[in-house]
Amino acid sequence: MVSESAPAAPPPEPAGTPADPGAPSSEADIAAVFRHEYGRAVAVLTRVLGDIDAAEDAVQDAFTLAVRRWPSTGLPPSPAGWIITTARNRAIDRLRRESGRGEKQLKAALLQEALAPAAPTPEEHLVAELSKEGMVDDDRLRLIFTCCHPALALNVQVALTLRLLGGLTTAEISRAFLVPDATMAQRLVRAKAKIRDARIPYRVPRGAELPARLPPVLAVVYLIFNEGYSSSSGGPGLREDLCREAIRLGRVLAALMPDEPEVKGLLALMLLTESRRPARLAGGGAVLLSEQDRSLWDRGLGREGQELVRQCLRRNRPGPYQLQAAINAVHFDAPDAASTDWRQILRLYDQLLAASPGPVVALNRAVALAEVEGPEAALGLVEGLGLGNYYLFHAVRADFLRRLDRPAEAAAAYVEALDLAGNAADRRFLEARVRETGAKRAMPD
Amino acid sequence: MAQYLLSVYQPVGPAPAPEVLEPIMQDLEALNRDMKAAGVWVFAAGLHPTDTATVVRQQGTEVLITDGPFAEAKEHLGGFTVIDAPDLDAALGWAGRLARATTLPIEVRPVQH
Repeated sequence: MVSESAPAAPPPEPAGTPADPGAPSSEADIAAVFRHEYGRAVAVLTRVLGDIDAAEDAVQDAFTLAVRRWPSTGLPPSPAGWIITTARNRAIDRLRRESGRGEKQLKAALLQEALAPAAPTPEEHLVAELSKEGMVDDDRLRLIFTCCHPALALNVQVALTLRLLGGLTTAEISRAFLVPDATMAQRLVRAKAKIRDARIPYRVPRGAELPARLPPVLAVVYLIFNEGYSSSSGGPGLREDLCREAIRLGRVLAALMPDEPEVKGLLALMLLTESRRPARLAGGGAVLLSEQDRSLWDRGLGREGQELVRQCLRRNRPGPYQLQAAINAVHFDAPDAASTDWRQILRLYDQLLAASPGPVVALNRAVALAEVEGPEAALGLVEGLGLGNYYLFHAVRADFLRRLDRPAEAAAAYVEALDLAGNAADRRFLEARVRETGAKRAMPD
Repeated sequence: MAQYLLSVYQPVGPAPAPEVLEPIMQDLEALNRDMKAAGVWVFAAGLHPTDTATVVRQQGTEVLITDGPFAEAKEHLGGFTVIDAPDLDAALGWAGRLARATTLPIEVRPVQH
Protein backbone atom coordinates (compact mmCIF):
# COMPACT_ATOMS: atom_id res chain seq x y z
CA MET A 1 0.00 0.00 0.00
CA VAL A 2 1.22 3.44 -0.85
CA SER A 3 1.88 5.58 2.17
CA GLU A 4 -0.59 8.42 2.47
CA SER A 5 1.77 10.45 4.55
CA ALA A 6 4.11 10.97 1.63
CA PRO A 7 2.84 14.10 -0.04
CA ALA A 8 3.61 14.76 -3.66
CA ALA A 9 6.64 16.97 -3.12
CA PRO A 10 6.90 19.90 -5.50
CA PRO A 11 9.75 19.25 -7.90
CA PRO A 12 12.60 21.72 -7.59
CA GLU A 13 12.19 24.54 -10.03
CA PRO A 14 14.99 26.73 -11.26
CA ALA A 15 14.51 30.37 -10.38
CA GLY A 16 15.41 31.37 -13.91
CA THR A 17 13.81 30.69 -17.25
CA PRO A 18 14.64 28.32 -20.07
CA ALA A 19 16.08 31.11 -22.23
CA ASP A 20 19.86 31.28 -22.66
CA PRO A 21 21.53 33.84 -20.44
CA GLY A 22 23.51 36.44 -22.32
CA ALA A 23 21.85 35.76 -25.66
CA PRO A 24 19.98 38.69 -27.15
CA SER A 25 16.48 38.51 -25.78
CA SER A 26 13.33 39.06 -27.72
CA GLU A 27 10.04 40.52 -26.57
CA ALA A 28 8.75 36.96 -26.28
CA ASP A 29 11.61 36.03 -23.90
CA ILE A 30 10.82 39.00 -21.69
CA ALA A 31 7.10 38.20 -21.80
CA ALA A 32 7.95 34.65 -20.71
CA VAL A 33 10.06 35.95 -17.81
CA PHE A 34 7.19 38.24 -16.87
CA ARG A 35 4.72 35.36 -16.73
CA HIS A 36 7.13 33.11 -14.82
CA GLU A 37 8.47 35.62 -12.37
CA TYR A 38 5.82 38.29 -11.80
CA GLY A 39 4.00 36.47 -9.01
CA ARG A 40 7.20 35.28 -7.37
CA ALA A 41 8.67 38.79 -7.46
CA VAL A 42 5.53 40.46 -6.12
CA ALA A 43 5.29 37.88 -3.31
CA VAL A 44 8.90 38.38 -2.23
CA LEU A 45 8.68 42.18 -2.51
CA THR A 46 5.42 42.25 -0.56
CA ARG A 47 7.14 40.49 2.33
CA VAL A 48 10.11 42.81 2.08
CA LEU A 49 8.14 46.04 1.67
CA GLY A 50 5.06 45.13 3.67
CA ASP A 51 2.84 46.69 1.02
CA ILE A 52 1.36 45.09 -2.11
CA ASP A 53 0.98 48.32 -4.09
CA ALA A 54 4.57 49.28 -3.46
CA ALA A 55 5.65 45.74 -4.39
CA GLU A 56 3.70 45.84 -7.66
CA ASP A 57 4.98 49.30 -8.56
CA ALA A 58 8.54 48.20 -7.89
CA VAL A 59 8.22 44.97 -9.89
CA GLN A 60 6.61 46.85 -12.77
CA ASP A 61 9.43 49.41 -12.70
CA ALA A 62 11.91 46.55 -12.88
CA PHE A 63 10.19 44.97 -15.88
CA THR A 64 10.00 48.35 -17.62
CA LEU A 65 13.77 48.60 -17.22
CA ALA A 66 14.20 45.00 -18.41
CA VAL A 67 12.25 45.74 -21.59
CA ARG A 68 14.66 48.62 -22.29
CA ARG A 69 17.86 46.77 -21.43
CA TRP A 70 17.55 43.09 -22.14
CA PRO A 71 17.11 43.35 -25.93
CA SER A 72 20.71 44.66 -26.13
CA THR A 73 22.33 43.05 -23.06
CA GLY A 74 20.56 39.70 -23.27
CA LEU A 75 18.94 37.97 -20.31
CA PRO A 76 20.91 38.19 -17.05
CA PRO A 77 22.07 34.85 -15.55
CA SER A 78 19.16 34.89 -13.12
CA PRO A 79 16.29 36.94 -14.55
CA ALA A 80 14.30 36.39 -11.34
CA GLY A 81 17.16 37.63 -9.18
CA TRP A 82 17.68 40.61 -11.47
CA ILE A 83 13.99 41.54 -11.38
CA ILE A 84 13.76 41.23 -7.60
CA THR A 85 17.00 43.12 -6.95
CA THR A 86 16.05 45.87 -9.40
CA ALA A 87 12.55 46.08 -7.94
CA ARG A 88 13.99 46.38 -4.45
CA ASN A 89 16.37 49.16 -5.54
CA ARG A 90 13.53 50.96 -7.27
CA ALA A 91 11.44 50.68 -4.12
CA ILE A 92 14.26 52.19 -2.06
CA ASP A 93 14.62 55.03 -4.58
CA ARG A 94 10.90 55.68 -4.48
CA LEU A 95 10.80 55.71 -0.68
CA ARG A 96 13.75 58.16 -0.64
CA ARG A 97 12.10 60.42 -3.22
CA GLU A 98 8.75 60.43 -1.53
CA SER A 99 10.13 61.14 1.92
CA GLY A 100 11.78 64.38 2.82
CA ARG A 101 12.61 62.77 6.10
CA GLY A 102 10.93 60.68 8.74
CA GLU A 103 9.41 57.25 8.69
CA LYS A 104 9.77 56.47 5.01
CA GLN A 105 13.43 57.42 4.86
CA LEU A 106 14.08 55.33 7.93
CA LYS A 107 12.23 52.49 6.25
CA ALA A 108 14.38 52.85 3.14
CA ALA A 109 17.54 52.72 5.22
CA LEU A 110 16.32 49.71 7.19
CA LEU A 111 15.29 47.99 3.99
CA GLN A 112 18.71 48.40 2.48
CA GLU A 113 20.37 47.04 5.60
CA ALA A 114 17.96 44.19 6.11
CA LEU A 115 18.39 42.99 2.55
CA ALA A 116 22.07 43.28 1.91
CA PRO A 117 23.82 42.93 5.25
CA ALA A 118 27.04 41.07 4.45
CA ALA A 119 26.36 39.73 0.99
CA PRO A 120 28.89 40.74 -1.67
CA THR A 121 26.14 42.15 -3.87
CA PRO A 122 22.44 42.55 -3.19
CA GLU A 123 21.71 40.44 -6.23
CA GLU A 124 23.75 37.49 -4.97
CA HIS A 125 22.09 37.84 -1.61
CA LEU A 126 18.65 37.76 -3.15
CA VAL A 127 19.47 34.89 -5.47
CA ALA A 128 20.66 32.97 -2.42
CA GLU A 129 17.47 33.87 -0.62
CA LEU A 130 15.40 32.80 -3.61
CA SER A 131 17.02 29.40 -3.75
CA LYS A 132 16.42 28.75 -0.05
CA GLU A 133 14.05 25.85 0.04
CA GLY A 134 10.48 26.82 0.64
CA MET A 135 11.24 30.51 1.01
CA VAL A 136 9.56 31.65 -2.16
CA ASP A 137 6.83 29.05 -1.84
CA ASP A 138 6.09 30.46 1.60
CA ASP A 139 5.93 33.94 0.15
CA ARG A 140 3.56 32.85 -2.56
CA LEU A 141 1.41 30.95 -0.08
CA ARG A 142 1.29 33.97 2.20
CA LEU A 143 0.27 36.11 -0.74
CA ILE A 144 -2.44 33.71 -1.89
CA PHE A 145 -3.96 33.53 1.60
CA THR A 146 -3.93 37.33 1.71
CA CYS A 147 -5.56 37.55 -1.73
CA CYS A 148 -8.15 34.95 -0.69
CA HIS A 149 -8.93 36.49 2.71
CA PRO A 150 -12.65 36.14 3.55
CA ALA A 151 -12.85 39.88 4.21
CA LEU A 152 -12.61 40.24 0.40
CA ALA A 153 -15.46 39.31 -1.96
CA LEU A 154 -14.90 36.11 -3.99
CA ASN A 155 -14.66 37.87 -7.35
CA VAL A 156 -12.10 40.19 -5.80
CA GLN A 157 -10.12 37.24 -4.40
CA VAL A 158 -9.91 35.61 -7.81
CA ALA A 159 -9.00 38.84 -9.58
CA LEU A 160 -6.29 39.67 -7.06
CA THR A 161 -4.74 36.21 -7.23
CA LEU A 162 -4.73 36.24 -11.02
CA ARG A 163 -3.20 39.71 -11.02
CA LEU A 164 -0.63 39.28 -8.24
CA LEU A 165 0.31 35.59 -8.46
CA GLY A 166 -0.59 34.81 -12.05
CA GLY A 167 0.72 38.04 -13.54
CA LEU A 168 -2.37 38.46 -15.72
CA THR A 169 -3.12 41.91 -17.03
CA THR A 170 -6.21 43.75 -15.90
CA ALA A 171 -7.56 43.39 -19.46
CA GLU A 172 -7.16 39.59 -19.35
CA ILE A 173 -8.88 39.39 -15.98
CA SER A 174 -11.76 41.61 -17.03
CA ARG A 175 -12.30 39.37 -20.08
CA ALA A 176 -12.40 36.33 -17.82
CA PHE A 177 -15.06 37.98 -15.67
CA LEU A 178 -16.95 39.63 -18.51
CA VAL A 179 -16.72 43.08 -16.94
CA PRO A 180 -15.37 46.31 -18.45
CA ASP A 181 -11.63 46.95 -17.96
CA ALA A 182 -12.29 50.11 -15.94
CA THR A 183 -14.56 48.21 -13.54
CA MET A 184 -11.91 45.54 -12.99
CA ALA A 185 -9.15 48.11 -12.57
CA GLN A 186 -11.19 49.92 -9.93
CA ARG A 187 -12.02 46.64 -8.20
CA LEU A 188 -8.32 45.79 -7.92
CA VAL A 189 -7.40 49.25 -6.65
CA ARG A 190 -10.11 49.08 -3.97
CA ALA A 191 -9.07 45.58 -2.93
CA LYS A 192 -5.45 46.57 -2.49
CA ALA A 193 -6.53 49.67 -0.56
CA LYS A 194 -8.60 47.46 1.75
CA ILE A 195 -5.70 45.07 2.32
CA ARG A 196 -3.51 48.04 3.21
CA ASP A 197 -5.96 50.15 5.24
CA ALA A 198 -7.70 47.33 7.09
CA ARG A 199 -4.35 45.56 7.52
CA ILE A 200 -5.25 42.18 6.13
CA PRO A 201 -2.24 40.19 7.32
CA TYR A 202 0.36 38.60 5.06
CA ARG A 203 0.62 35.13 6.54
CA VAL A 204 -0.52 31.53 6.20
CA PRO A 205 -3.32 30.70 8.66
CA ARG A 206 -2.61 27.71 10.90
CA GLY A 207 -4.55 25.26 13.02
CA ALA A 208 -8.16 26.07 13.78
CA GLU A 209 -8.25 28.98 11.31
CA LEU A 210 -7.33 26.82 8.35
CA PRO A 211 -10.58 24.92 7.56
CA ALA A 212 -12.51 28.15 7.01
CA ARG A 213 -9.72 29.82 5.07
CA LEU A 214 -8.96 26.95 2.71
CA PRO A 215 -12.05 26.71 0.41
CA PRO A 216 -11.62 30.17 -1.13
CA VAL A 217 -7.96 29.41 -1.82
CA LEU A 218 -8.86 26.14 -3.58
CA ALA A 219 -11.60 27.88 -5.58
CA VAL A 220 -9.17 30.54 -6.71
CA VAL A 221 -6.43 28.04 -7.67
CA TYR A 222 -8.96 26.07 -9.72
CA LEU A 223 -10.17 29.22 -11.45
CA ILE A 224 -6.58 30.04 -12.37
CA PHE A 225 -6.20 26.54 -13.78
CA ASN A 226 -9.36 26.94 -15.82
CA GLU A 227 -8.28 30.33 -17.07
CA GLY A 228 -5.12 28.63 -18.33
CA TYR A 229 -6.89 25.59 -19.70
CA SER A 230 -9.63 27.36 -21.57
CA SER A 231 -8.26 30.85 -21.78
CA SER A 232 -10.85 33.49 -22.48
CA SER A 233 -8.29 35.81 -23.96
CA GLY A 234 -8.46 35.36 -27.69
CA GLY A 235 -4.70 35.57 -28.29
CA PRO A 236 -2.38 32.56 -28.06
CA GLY A 237 -5.18 30.19 -27.02
CA LEU A 238 -3.95 28.09 -24.13
CA ARG A 239 -2.08 29.58 -21.24
CA GLU A 240 0.04 26.59 -20.27
CA ASP A 241 1.93 28.69 -17.77
CA LEU A 242 -1.22 29.43 -15.82
CA CYS A 243 -2.05 25.72 -15.63
CA ARG A 244 1.48 24.96 -14.51
CA GLU A 245 1.27 27.73 -11.94
CA ALA A 246 -2.08 26.45 -10.65
CA ILE A 247 -0.73 22.88 -10.45
CA ARG A 248 2.39 24.16 -8.72
CA LEU A 249 0.29 26.03 -6.17
CA GLY A 250 -1.84 22.89 -5.82
CA ARG A 251 1.26 20.79 -5.08
CA VAL A 252 2.48 23.28 -2.51
CA LEU A 253 -0.93 23.30 -0.83
CA ALA A 254 -1.10 19.48 -0.89
CA ALA A 255 2.38 19.19 0.63
CA LEU A 256 1.49 21.76 3.26
CA MET A 257 -1.89 20.22 4.13
CA PRO A 258 -1.61 16.45 3.56
CA ASP A 259 -4.69 15.78 5.71
CA GLU A 260 -7.06 17.90 3.63
CA PRO A 261 -8.61 15.53 1.06
CA GLU A 262 -10.10 18.37 -0.99
CA VAL A 263 -6.61 19.79 -1.52
CA LYS A 264 -5.53 16.41 -2.89
CA GLY A 265 -8.74 16.23 -4.90
CA LEU A 266 -8.10 19.60 -6.49
CA LEU A 267 -4.53 18.63 -7.39
CA ALA A 268 -5.74 15.30 -8.84
CA LEU A 269 -8.43 17.09 -10.84
CA MET A 270 -5.91 19.51 -12.32
CA LEU A 271 -3.36 16.76 -13.11
CA LEU A 272 -5.94 14.54 -14.81
CA THR A 273 -7.30 17.44 -16.83
CA GLU A 274 -3.81 18.62 -17.75
CA SER A 275 -2.86 15.08 -18.85
CA ARG A 276 -5.24 15.49 -21.82
CA ARG A 277 -3.72 18.76 -23.00
CA PRO A 278 -1.55 17.18 -25.76
CA ALA A 279 -4.71 15.75 -27.38
CA ARG A 280 -6.98 18.73 -26.90
CA LEU A 281 -6.07 20.62 -30.02
CA ALA A 282 -5.68 19.61 -33.62
CA GLY A 283 -5.19 22.08 -36.45
CA GLY A 284 -5.77 24.96 -34.03
CA GLY A 285 -9.26 23.70 -33.14
CA ALA A 286 -10.53 22.07 -29.95
CA VAL A 287 -11.00 18.29 -30.06
CA LEU A 288 -13.85 16.71 -28.13
CA LEU A 289 -12.90 14.23 -25.40
CA SER A 290 -14.61 11.46 -27.36
CA GLU A 291 -12.52 12.19 -30.45
CA GLN A 292 -9.13 12.70 -28.81
CA ASP A 293 -6.12 10.55 -29.67
CA ARG A 294 -5.65 8.98 -26.25
CA SER A 295 -2.13 7.82 -27.02
CA LEU A 296 -1.17 11.50 -26.74
CA TRP A 297 -2.38 11.78 -23.16
CA ASP A 298 0.36 12.39 -20.61
CA ARG A 299 0.42 9.07 -18.75
CA GLY A 300 2.69 10.39 -15.99
CA LEU A 301 0.38 13.25 -15.01
CA GLY A 302 -2.68 11.02 -15.36
CA ARG A 303 -1.29 8.24 -13.18
CA GLU A 304 -0.22 10.74 -10.53
CA GLY A 305 -3.78 12.10 -10.53
CA GLN A 306 -5.27 8.61 -10.33
CA GLU A 307 -3.08 7.71 -7.37
CA LEU A 308 -4.28 10.85 -5.57
CA VAL A 309 -7.89 9.88 -6.36
CA ARG A 310 -7.24 6.44 -4.82
CA GLN A 311 -5.82 8.09 -1.69
CA CYS A 312 -8.94 10.26 -1.51
CA LEU A 313 -11.24 7.24 -1.89
CA ARG A 314 -9.48 5.55 1.05
CA ARG A 315 -10.05 8.67 3.14
CA ASN A 316 -13.75 8.51 2.27
CA ARG A 317 -14.40 12.19 2.93
CA PRO A 318 -15.65 13.10 -0.56
CA GLY A 319 -16.05 16.68 -1.70
CA PRO A 320 -16.64 18.46 -5.00
CA TYR A 321 -12.99 18.48 -6.13
CA GLN A 322 -12.46 14.81 -5.29
CA LEU A 323 -15.64 13.85 -7.16
CA GLN A 324 -14.64 15.82 -10.25
CA ALA A 325 -11.19 14.24 -10.06
CA ALA A 326 -12.81 10.79 -9.82
CA ILE A 327 -14.90 11.53 -12.93
CA ASN A 328 -11.75 12.46 -14.82
CA ALA A 329 -10.01 9.35 -13.50
CA VAL A 330 -12.78 7.22 -15.04
CA HIS A 331 -12.15 8.90 -18.41
CA PHE A 332 -8.42 8.28 -17.99
CA ASP A 333 -9.11 4.58 -17.31
CA ALA A 334 -10.85 4.10 -20.66
CA PRO A 335 -8.46 3.07 -23.45
CA ASP A 336 -10.91 4.53 -25.99
CA ALA A 337 -14.07 6.63 -25.86
CA ALA A 338 -16.36 3.66 -26.55
CA SER A 339 -15.19 1.81 -23.43
CA THR A 340 -15.89 4.75 -21.09
CA ASP A 341 -17.82 3.64 -17.99
CA TRP A 342 -20.57 6.27 -18.35
CA ARG A 343 -22.75 4.67 -15.66
CA GLN A 344 -19.96 5.16 -13.15
CA ILE A 345 -19.52 8.75 -14.35
CA LEU A 346 -23.25 9.40 -14.04
CA ARG A 347 -23.20 8.06 -10.46
CA LEU A 348 -20.32 10.40 -9.63
CA TYR A 349 -22.21 13.32 -11.19
CA ASP A 350 -25.24 12.43 -9.06
CA GLN A 351 -23.03 12.71 -5.98
CA LEU A 352 -21.44 15.90 -7.26
CA LEU A 353 -24.83 17.49 -7.95
CA ALA A 354 -25.87 16.62 -4.38
CA ALA A 355 -22.62 18.00 -2.92
CA SER A 356 -22.54 21.20 -4.96
CA PRO A 357 -25.82 21.84 -6.77
CA GLY A 358 -25.70 24.24 -9.68
CA PRO A 359 -26.68 24.56 -13.32
CA VAL A 360 -23.16 23.95 -14.71
CA VAL A 361 -22.85 20.66 -12.80
CA ALA A 362 -26.35 19.76 -14.01
CA LEU A 363 -25.26 20.50 -17.59
CA ASN A 364 -22.24 18.20 -17.26
CA ARG A 365 -24.38 15.52 -15.67
CA ALA A 366 -26.72 15.78 -18.66
CA VAL A 367 -23.79 15.02 -20.97
CA ALA A 368 -23.20 11.79 -19.02
CA LEU A 369 -26.92 11.05 -19.02
CA ALA A 370 -27.00 11.42 -22.82
CA GLU A 371 -24.43 8.62 -23.01
CA VAL A 372 -26.38 6.35 -20.68
CA GLU A 373 -29.98 7.10 -21.67
CA GLY A 374 -29.64 8.94 -24.97
CA PRO A 375 -29.73 12.62 -26.04
CA GLU A 376 -33.54 12.94 -25.94
CA ALA A 377 -33.73 12.65 -22.13
CA ALA A 378 -30.63 14.84 -21.71
CA LEU A 379 -32.00 17.59 -23.98
CA GLY A 380 -35.12 17.86 -21.85
CA LEU A 381 -32.96 18.29 -18.75
CA VAL A 382 -30.77 21.12 -20.01
CA GLU A 383 -33.50 23.35 -21.49
CA GLY A 384 -34.56 24.78 -18.14
CA LEU A 385 -31.11 25.38 -16.66
CA GLY A 386 -31.03 29.13 -17.37
CA LEU A 387 -27.52 28.99 -18.83
CA GLY A 388 -28.29 31.06 -21.93
CA ASN A 389 -25.17 33.19 -21.45
CA TYR A 390 -22.82 30.20 -21.26
CA TYR A 391 -21.37 29.08 -24.59
CA LEU A 392 -20.97 25.46 -23.46
CA PHE A 393 -24.70 25.27 -22.79
CA HIS A 394 -25.39 26.07 -26.44
CA ALA A 395 -22.60 23.74 -27.59
CA VAL A 396 -23.96 20.84 -25.51
CA ARG A 397 -27.50 21.53 -26.62
CA ALA A 398 -26.33 21.71 -30.23
CA ASP A 399 -24.60 18.36 -29.86
CA PHE A 400 -27.76 16.72 -28.49
CA LEU A 401 -29.79 18.22 -31.38
CA ARG A 402 -27.20 17.04 -33.90
CA ARG A 403 -27.38 13.52 -32.52
CA LEU A 404 -31.19 13.69 -32.62
CA ASP A 405 -30.90 14.52 -36.33
CA ARG A 406 -32.33 18.01 -35.99
CA PRO A 407 -29.61 19.81 -38.03
CA ALA A 408 -31.34 23.18 -38.44
CA GLU A 409 -31.78 23.63 -34.68
CA ALA A 410 -28.29 22.23 -34.07
CA ALA A 411 -26.74 24.74 -36.47
CA ALA A 412 -28.62 27.60 -34.81
CA ALA A 413 -27.39 26.45 -31.37
CA TYR A 414 -23.79 26.19 -32.62
CA VAL A 415 -24.06 29.77 -33.91
CA GLU A 416 -25.28 30.89 -30.49
CA ALA A 417 -22.34 29.09 -28.85
CA LEU A 418 -19.98 30.71 -31.34
CA ASP A 419 -21.31 34.17 -30.48
CA LEU A 420 -20.42 33.58 -26.81
CA ALA A 421 -17.13 31.64 -27.09
CA GLY A 422 -14.03 33.71 -26.35
CA ASN A 423 -11.33 31.14 -27.00
CA ALA A 424 -9.96 30.80 -30.54
CA ALA A 425 -9.65 26.98 -30.36
CA ASP A 426 -13.26 26.63 -29.21
CA ARG A 427 -14.36 29.05 -31.91
CA ARG A 428 -12.62 27.03 -34.59
CA PHE A 429 -14.28 23.83 -33.36
CA LEU A 430 -17.68 25.53 -33.31
CA GLU A 431 -17.17 27.08 -36.75
CA ALA A 432 -16.47 23.61 -38.15
CA ARG A 433 -19.62 22.28 -36.51
CA VAL A 434 -21.68 25.19 -37.86
CA ARG A 435 -20.38 24.36 -41.34
CA GLU A 436 -21.13 20.64 -40.98
CA THR A 437 -24.63 21.06 -39.60
CA GLY A 438 -25.31 24.00 -41.90
CA ALA A 439 -24.28 21.90 -44.91
CA LYS A 440 -26.51 19.08 -43.78
CA ARG A 441 -29.35 21.54 -43.35
CA ALA A 442 -28.77 22.92 -46.86
CA MET A 443 -28.93 19.47 -48.44
CA PRO A 444 -32.23 18.70 -50.17
CA ASP A 445 -34.40 16.09 -48.48
CA MET B 1 -0.84 48.77 15.91
CA ALA B 2 -4.00 50.06 14.32
CA GLN B 3 -7.37 50.97 15.75
CA TYR B 4 -10.61 49.39 14.65
CA LEU B 5 -14.18 50.51 15.23
CA LEU B 6 -16.44 47.56 16.01
CA SER B 7 -20.03 48.70 15.42
CA VAL B 8 -22.93 46.72 16.80
CA TYR B 9 -25.94 46.68 14.49
CA GLN B 10 -29.28 46.01 16.12
CA PRO B 11 -32.77 45.77 14.71
CA VAL B 12 -35.19 48.65 15.28
CA GLY B 13 -37.76 47.76 17.91
CA PRO B 14 -38.30 47.43 21.63
CA ALA B 15 -35.38 46.36 23.79
CA PRO B 16 -35.24 42.65 24.62
CA ALA B 17 -36.86 41.45 27.86
CA PRO B 18 -34.67 41.75 30.97
CA GLU B 19 -34.18 37.99 31.23
CA VAL B 20 -32.72 38.05 27.69
CA LEU B 21 -30.77 41.26 28.14
CA GLU B 22 -29.26 40.38 31.52
CA PRO B 23 -26.94 37.56 30.37
CA ILE B 24 -25.98 39.60 27.28
CA MET B 25 -24.89 42.51 29.48
CA GLN B 26 -22.89 40.12 31.67
CA ASP B 27 -21.17 38.63 28.61
CA LEU B 28 -20.41 42.13 27.34
CA GLU B 29 -18.91 43.16 30.67
CA ALA B 30 -16.77 40.03 30.70
CA LEU B 31 -15.61 40.75 27.13
CA ASN B 32 -14.74 44.34 28.03
CA ARG B 33 -12.72 43.04 31.00
CA ASP B 34 -10.88 40.59 28.72
CA MET B 35 -10.19 43.36 26.20
CA LYS B 36 -8.78 45.57 28.94
CA ALA B 37 -6.69 42.72 30.34
CA ALA B 38 -5.30 42.05 26.84
CA GLY B 39 -4.51 45.75 26.42
CA VAL B 40 -6.66 46.13 23.29
CA TRP B 41 -9.62 48.07 24.75
CA VAL B 42 -9.68 51.78 23.83
CA PHE B 43 -13.30 52.84 24.28
CA ALA B 44 -16.74 51.27 24.30
CA ALA B 45 -20.27 52.62 24.57
CA GLY B 46 -23.86 51.55 24.18
CA LEU B 47 -26.29 54.03 22.66
CA HIS B 48 -29.86 55.02 23.54
CA PRO B 49 -32.46 54.07 20.89
CA THR B 50 -32.63 56.03 17.63
CA ASP B 51 -35.80 57.88 18.65
CA THR B 52 -33.54 59.87 20.99
CA ALA B 53 -31.40 61.00 18.04
CA THR B 54 -31.26 64.56 16.67
CA VAL B 55 -29.76 65.56 13.32
CA VAL B 56 -27.95 68.85 12.83
CA ARG B 57 -26.96 70.03 9.36
CA GLN B 58 -25.81 73.15 7.64
CA GLN B 59 -28.31 74.69 5.23
CA GLY B 60 -27.11 77.83 3.53
CA THR B 61 -25.85 80.05 6.30
CA GLU B 62 -28.06 78.43 8.90
CA VAL B 63 -27.81 75.31 10.95
CA LEU B 64 -30.94 73.22 10.78
CA ILE B 65 -31.98 70.99 13.62
CA THR B 66 -34.37 68.10 12.99
CA ASP B 67 -35.66 65.06 14.79
CA GLY B 68 -33.45 62.00 14.04
CA PRO B 69 -32.32 59.45 13.15
CA PHE B 70 -30.32 60.49 10.07
CA ALA B 71 -31.60 57.57 8.01
CA GLU B 72 -34.49 55.27 8.71
CA ALA B 73 -33.32 51.69 8.49
CA LYS B 74 -34.21 48.24 9.75
CA GLU B 75 -30.92 48.10 11.64
CA HIS B 76 -29.10 50.89 13.39
CA LEU B 77 -25.95 51.51 15.36
CA GLY B 78 -26.65 50.26 18.86
CA GLY B 79 -23.20 50.63 20.33
CA PHE B 80 -19.53 50.46 19.50
CA THR B 81 -16.14 49.45 20.75
CA VAL B 82 -12.79 50.83 19.65
CA ILE B 83 -9.84 48.45 19.95
CA ASP B 84 -6.12 48.41 19.26
CA ALA B 85 -5.10 45.45 17.15
CA PRO B 86 -2.02 44.52 15.12
CA ASP B 87 -3.99 43.43 12.05
CA LEU B 88 -7.44 42.62 10.69
CA ASP B 89 -7.32 38.98 11.79
CA ALA B 90 -6.77 40.03 15.40
CA ALA B 91 -9.58 42.60 15.11
CA LEU B 92 -11.89 39.99 13.55
CA GLY B 93 -11.12 37.65 16.45
CA TRP B 94 -12.36 40.23 18.96
CA ALA B 95 -15.28 41.14 16.70
CA GLY B 96 -16.27 37.47 16.68
CA ARG B 97 -16.40 37.48 20.46
CA LEU B 98 -18.44 40.69 20.41
CA ALA B 99 -20.87 39.10 17.92
CA ARG B 100 -21.27 36.06 20.18
CA ALA B 101 -21.75 38.21 23.30
CA THR B 102 -24.32 40.55 21.70
CA THR B 103 -25.82 37.96 19.29
CA LEU B 104 -25.75 40.82 16.76
CA PRO B 105 -23.75 41.51 13.57
CA ILE B 106 -20.61 43.57 14.01
CA GLU B 107 -19.11 45.83 11.36
CA VAL B 108 -15.33 46.13 11.61
CA ARG B 109 -13.72 49.25 10.17
CA PRO B 110 -10.15 50.43 10.41
CA VAL B 111 -9.66 53.88 11.94
CA GLN B 112 -7.65 56.35 9.84
CA HIS B 113 -4.41 57.32 11.43
